[in-house]
Amino acid sequence: MSATDIVIRSEALSKQYVLGRHAKPGRTLRDTIVEGLSSGARRVARRSRDRDERPLLWALRDVSFEIERGDVVGVIGRNGAGKSTLLKIFSRVTEPTSGRATIRGRVGSLLEVGTGFHGELTGRENIYLYGAILGMRRAELNRRFDEIVAFAEISRFLDTPVKRYSTGMTVRLAFAVAAHLEPEILLVDEVLAVGDAGFQRKCIGKMSEVADEGRTVLFVSHNMALMQSLCRRGILLESGGVHTDGTIEEAVTSYLRAVERAGTVELADRSDTRGQHDVRLTHVEIGGADGTTLLATGRPARFVFRTRAEDPSVHRRLSCSFTILNALGQPVATLTSNDRGPRDVEDAGSHDAFVCDIDELPLLPGRYRVDVEIHGRSHLQDAVEGATMFDVEQGTLGGRPVAGGSGDVAVAHRWVVPSLD
Amino acid sequence: MGNGTTMATQTPVTERPRAAGTVALAHQEVVLERSSGWPSLRLRELWRAHELVYFLIWRDVKVRYKQTVLGVAWAVLQPLLTVVVFTLFFHRVARISSGSLPYPVFSLAGLVPWLFFSNAISLASASVVANANVLTKIYFPRLAIPLATTLAGAPDFAIGFVLLLIVMAGYGVAPGLTVFALPAFFLLVLAAALGVALWLSALNVLYRDVRYIVPIAVQLWLLATPIAYSVSGLHSPWNVILGLNPMAGAVEGFRWAVTGGAAPPAGMLALSAGVAAILAISGAYYFRAMERRFADVI
Repeated sequence: MSATDIVIRSEALSKQYVLGRHAKPGRTLRDTIVEGLSSGARRVARRSRDRDERPLLWALRDVSFEIERGDVVGVIGRNGAGKSTLLKIFSRVTEPTSGRATIRGRVGSLLEVGTGFHGELTGRENIYLYGAILGMRRAELNRRFDEIVAFAEISRFLDTPVKRYSTGMTVRLAFAVAAHLEPEILLVDEVLAVGDAGFQRKCIGKMSEVADEGRTVLFVSHNMALMQSLCRRGILLESGGVHTDGTIEEAVTSYLRAVERAGTVELADRSDTRGQHDVRLTHVEIGGADGTTLLATGRPARFVFRTRAEDPSVHRRLSCSFTILNALGQPVATLTSNDRGPRDVEDAGSHDAFVCDIDELPLLPGRYRVDVEIHGRSHLQDAVEGATMFDVEQGTLGGRPVAGGSGDVAVAHRWVVPSLD
Repeated sequence: MGNGTTMATQTPVTERPRAAGTVALAHQEVVLERSSGWPSLRLRELWRAHELVYFLIWRDVKVRYKQTVLGVAWAVLQPLLTVVVFTLFFHRVARISSGSLPYPVFSLAGLVPWLFFSNAISLASASVVANANVLTKIYFPRLAIPLATTLAGAPDFAIGFVLLLIVMAGYGVAPGLTVFALPAFFLLVLAAALGVALWLSALNVLYRDVRYIVPIAVQLWLLATPIAYSVSGLHSPWNVILGLNPMAGAVEGFRWAVTGGAAPPAGMLALSAGVAAILAISGAYYFRAMERRFADVI
């Protein structure tokens, strides 16, 4: 390939965030005045120590790679690995602290769909507004208007304010506008997590169409199967640096290995969790309900999530939800304590533990991962990806042996078949 | 970004032949790196995004009176009610003279440009923070936000202006030839509003104190502006020094242009124009300098 075919060149790209006071939104004038006065006084006593005290975080560090035109690249990594920061730099939302990136061609970014929408405006009006924010011209929007509406499947609600739209409709509309931007480089960050399966397929179709036209796609997702079906190349980021840069298979394999490794680290010591952290997840225990550690299809299973908080009163209004994901990182099921069932029990004695019982585990034999989220005080408190892994052995469900098959789920069922007589 | 870097040019799709499998690319190159030193205003880039500015203005105008009972009537009621209050207190009670002009015409002619200014800085100072979710996700020329919010007050201003003409007709005051100077004074109001809006909207990202300072500052500023009173009551050199408040020159000039009458001191007008220009230019540079950090700090 000649050098001109390189559309993204990242050279020692680094991004540093200052944590603590400066990272806090809406610092007040008083902070600055107080800081200015006190640092002025302190500078006399001990020079420049002030600066060293602030914790720094390298969201990206010395990231270098080149992407050629027509490449479809999956950017993989755990939370905090720097994926979103990388896309934010490429889409010019934020500047790198050092290093440089060279981009050739029009960039379209789908970083979080629908952020440019205004709820009071109608679907029609929002198409123009959002399109303009994304950098489309009015003439361009006029020409593609019908296509966008058809793709989003919202023609009946064109003149309804977007605040009355369902989440699915909003996402469809946003993706439709962005997909018709016709960028030479498309940056996609986890947009397909929302929306129904049919629309997801359509989005994926659109993305591969973009790729087939020789345009470049940079795609961030936690869905490894999707990554493998869409991308040819994979870049695995770990703690802000490039860990693996190769085929998508290589990147996915090392990612899954990394997630597995992280599962062996003490949960409270993990630095890649998100949330307020008034409460933290400390342990996950998974076992058969009868005390054995064996998990098998159709057998009882018990998930215990232990939490710890500085302030014990926090525990009162918490909810716990966890997602079981298959070996490829595709979500299989999400179970949440927030949606109450008639058989739920509130136990004052177990104030720091959430126990989830499954009578008959409907999973096919294989290896699964658990992502956990603790919510409370109207905030996400702790989100832990890959909190633990577990294996499911062969078993029976509804009296029927389950050995395997495609998919992840076993369903109890019965047949009526023509008798041989 | 910033100085010394090439800018992205949005390629119009119309110019691109769409043969299957090939994409004709106009290879504009953008170099993304830490910017340093004096920022460039990148007005060309802003001009290229004029349709975005237009859509943002249109959004703000459309949304402004949504979910209000009286809707756009507020654009009339706001100046009208203020004039009633001013006439009662400043004219009837405090006996402030309005020279040859009827007091309601006098104060309304000052209020119409003032309300544009005060609404613009109140709304625009919060505009960047209000658009935080878009700022952290999508790149577009950031100057478009305070610019659009400021300009979105123009329809209200036009309505207020028509109201002023009606009130003038009611009192038998006819505009003279001075009316041709009106665009210049509107420009002065706009420059002052934009300058303050740029400063405050950028400062508000870092210091949310701005949101508390603005309402108080607007009230004090109102008193420092010859709306309810006239500069003709002030002695030299104070009538010129008042021009340090750009709105003083703007309001006096605006009133003079619409209603005729005694011309304001030229020194004051020049001083106001100079201050407004400095505010607008320094505001734009300050905004551009701060802009690099918006997404990280907001």
